[in-house]
Amino acid sequence: MSATGKDLALRGITKLFSGFTAVDDLDLHVPAGSFFALLGPSGCGKSTTLRMVAGLEHPTRGRILIGDDDVTGTKAHQREVNTVFQSYALFPHLSVLENVAFGLRRRKVPDALGRASKVLDLVELGHLAQRRPAQLSGGQQQRVALARAVVNEPHVLLLDEPLGALDMKLRRQMQAELKQIQQEVGITFIHVTHDQEEALTMADTVAVMNAGRIEQIGPPGELYDLPRTAFVANFLGKSNLFEAEVVDAAGPQGLTVQFGETTCRLAAERAVQQQGRIVVGIRPEKIVLTRAGRRPADAQADWTRVTGGRVRDVAYTGVSTEYEVEVPGAGSLTVFSQNLRTEVIGPGTEVDLWWEDANLFGLAGGSDTEAGVEEL
Amino acid sequence: MAVNTTPGAAEELTTPQEHVAPPPLPEQSAEERRTWRARGRLGMLLVIPGFAFITLFFVVPVFSMLAMSLYVRPEGAVPGEFVPGFNIATYAHVMTTYGDTFVRSFLFATVATVAALCIGYPMAYLVAVRLRGRHLLQGLLLVVIIAPFFSSFILRVQSWRFILSDESWVVGFLKAISVLPQDGRLTATALAVVAGMTYLYLPLMMLPIYANLERLDTRLIEAGGDLYAGGLQTFLRVTLPLSTPGVMAGTILTFIPASGDYVNAVMLGNNVDTTTVGQIIDSRFFHATDYPSAAALSAVLMAIILILVTLYVRRFGTKEIV
Amino acid sequence: MRGETMSTDPATRHAAPTPRRRFDAGRWFVPVVGGLAFLYLLVPIAYIFVFSFNDAGRTNLTWRGFTLANWQDPCRPSQLCEAFGNSLMVAVIATTVATVLGTMIAFGLERYRFRFAGSANMLIFLPLATPEVVLGASLLSQFLNLGVQLGMGTTVLSHIMFCISFVVVAIRARIATLDPALEEAAADLYASGRTAFWKVTFPLLIPGIAAAALLSFAISFDDFIVANFNSGAYTTFPQYAYVAARRGIPAEVNVLGSAMFLGAIALVVGVQVWRYWRGRKLAAL
Ligand SMILES: Nc1ncnc2c1ncn2[C@@H]1O[C@H](COP(=O)(O)OP(=O)(O)OP(=O)(O)O)[C@@H](O)[C@H]1O
Ligand SMILES: [Mg+2]
Repeated sequence: MSATGKDLALRGITKLFSGFTAVDDLDLHVPAGSFFALLGPSGCGKSTTLRMVAGLEHPTRGRILIGDDDVTGTKAHQREVNTVFQSYALFPHLSVLENVAFGLRRRKVPDALGRASKVLDLVELGHLAQRRPAQLSGGQQQRVALARAVVNEPHVLLLDEPLGALDMKLRRQMQAELKQIQQEVGITFIHVTHDQEEALTMADTVAVMNAGRIEQIGPPGELYDLPRTAFVANFLGKSNLFEAEVVDAAGPQGLTVQFGETTCRLAAERAVQQQGRIVVGIRPEKIVLTRAGRRPADAQADWTRVTGGRVRDVAYTGVSTEYEVEVPGAGSLTVFSQNLRTEVIGPGTEVDLWWEDANLFGLAGGSDTEAGVEEL
Repeated sequence: MAVNTTPGAAEELTTPQEHVAPPPLPEQSAEERRTWRARGRLGMLLVIPGFAFITLFFVVPVFSMLAMSLYVRPEGAVPGEFVPGFNIATYAHVMTTYGDTFVRSFLFATVATVAALCIGYPMAYLVAVRLRGRHLLQGLLLVVIIAPFFSSFILRVQSWRFILSDESWVVGFLKAISVLPQDGRLTATALAVVAGMTYLYLPLMMLPIYANLERLDTRLIEAGGDLYAGGLQTFLRVTLPLSTPGVMAGTILTFIPASGDYVNAVMLGNNVDTTTVGQIIDSRFFHATDYPSAAALSAVLMAIILILVTLYVRRFGTKEIV
Repeated sequence: MRGETMSTDPATRHAAPTPRRRFDAGRWFVPVVGGLAFLYLLVPIAYIFVFSFNDAGRTNLTWRGFTLANWQDPCRPSQLCEAFGNSLMVAVIATTVATVLGTMIAFGLERYRFRFAGSANMLIFLPLATPEVVLGASLLSQFLNLGVQLGMGTTVLSHIMFCISFVVVAIRARIATLDPALEEAAADLYASGRTAFWKVTFPLLIPGIAAAALLSFAISFDDFIVANFNSGAYTTFPQYAYVAARRGIPAEVNVLGSAMFLGAIALVVGVQVWRYWRGRKLAAL
């Protein structure tokens, strides 16, 4: 099969439903052949965005471009875009093979059944070609839905939570298969999910969406390492966010920020805002915890030490232990500590916290530090 | 499955989806507007022929009947000759003359509806819940419920007349066990008329309830048991409330034809104590050629039914009717 | 039937071993009462069937001995078969027209939005809430006012009228249970609106439409009251039976009634068995 993927571009897309903005002035560029994940909490407008790309819904404002063609005004059946629906939407009255051949027949592609069989073999369902969808398991139905879309060699393939109905184990297996099929066929995949692990493991590029807008786009690692908004910091993994004051913005090693008695350094390019009161964040696993006055063996000169902490809560989770530490000037911070040693520090213990300053990130002052928490 | 899904639909009767035209959007793109208009046009094209038919052969006739009920008989007219007029007196006349007939008709209809519910519900429950998963048996029983329609309604009433006739073994048996006095009879009694109605309209009661119970999640019944409700308690607090829409549809579909019925009254009753409104409308029309009275009776019958149904739905319905 | 294959319900069966305290009667109440109800439903039919073999002569009121003669020549009483043919004809035409019009309305109401949706629903509901005697009487007043000649035409029109609402209600319920994503999937797979309808939506609705048509045929064929008002000299099968009932219904009427009953059962059972068998065949692959 040839690589048929094309770029997809959304320019200023807005979708209003009666009295409600589902998608708000959204700009997006997905390069040809990439695996793009759209991640966000329920109701943030992911499905609506996909449906507009598919042509099942028309935007109120803005343009949609596939390759160099403006497809905003075309209908669903005129677009070389296919969707794998969350409910699969397999036609119950047609056999598996006829389901897969449906799109080819509509476009009068020669040898529709032959091509359909080949793609069914690709998803390892060749032997079930004559069955009805109702006679398949959930995972098999999912693969038929995928085959039915892929067989058309669309420029862009849209997947709306295609794995949502599967159990965890099958989900992991299908994630791997999907990724592999995408690399084989070279189609641009846009994958909607609200499972962050799925997005991070599968996609080349992840866009985090919230309330009809895109909060941040980037490769998975970058998004995790350097969130630009409190929503992304909290929605992707867990973050400690606390307020701090920029006391020196001109230093050679970036900004100097202060909270409580502690000062630390924050690289200028890792901060959204370079002066005044800002919000500083650090991931819980990037903090090392010691009893008061001790020092971790690997601590370097550029590490920051925060003194005066007191353990409030300890939760043992097997691989690691989660500590809830009350820190003067920063509030309550979470620390994930891998259980490398057997020592577990009990509640009430006086502790020091240590981190490498390169792991800090700075967000705009006044950000809601709870945004995106508990929303997944 | 051919039969078992259709009548279910009757349930829709009490719970039509609300289709409100959405408020105009502050802003729409050309594509949105185009799609919107195209769909509106297509929808119109689809409904117009049918609605034109209903208007022509239902709405207009009902109004012409209302008009007819006010016609007056000119001096020296031949029987059946009436001229347009505004004779409210016809209503006063039919209400005073046939007031007790109305009461009787609605009483018969109510008793027949309650009886059909008591018989139809266990039937529906048996097929929909107890026999769940046995598709062939379920299908067969459903066919048995629909098929009597094909053997003609008059024939079925006739066989009831036969079964209840003075010489039949049913009457003989009832006399033998002294349920019926020696000179008692079953035909020409109100009991026979109501039994005939119950029989005739039983499928209309059973099918909507069946369609509802078919979708009943039996795990809810188990949950009822799990939460310390006995069989009866589970039924009263879980199953019955969940099947309300089916019961509503069934009772309405039974009550309406039963209150206008006259074939049962003629064939099984045929006696002044069992005369129903339908019978009078028929005889005013065909024997007395008293069209205004027949029309006025029809109008009153329809008005009372609509009021009763509306009150009933208001009282018990979960969703608004129409 | 589709999809139901998986719904074979374990709950009812598993319910048995759970320890039951009081109200054990509940287990027996439903089958006993339900079974009796089916018996009640079938006794008159059995009578009709048995007396179709009665060597009755003119009046079929008492059992006079077994004969096959009635079945061999059901058209013997004058005009019986003509009335029967009339009923079939009226039912076929009325069902066809009502099913087409009703399906269109059902689609229009279920899939499109209207400003006058409330009144549209009312227009469907009102004929259902009108007793047949009122429907018949008002249509007759109209035909009399317009000076229309009563006959087959007026009978068919009146039957279409009361079948439409049933069809609409039945098919709307069917459409409402269709997954709208199926039509979207068709559009996504390059089917235009028309193709999507004929290739996906319509085939899926065929069982529902067939069932609605069957129901419509049944109520038209079974109707006496409306036809009695609007058929004039044109006689339908129920009318023939009603008139004959005064003198005693000829056994041949029972023959035709029984034949229709058995035919209906054979038709539906045949379709079911065929679908069941086809389902098994597919599953075996
Ligand atoms: N046809 C519609 N009319 C009105 N509002 C709608 C319509 N479709 C979607 N919405 C609203 O638009 C918002 C976005 O919906 P959308 O389906 O895109 O969410 P989503 O991000 O896909 O959520 P989920 O993860 O739960 O699928 C929701 O608040 C929803 O209620
Ligand atoms: Mg969604």
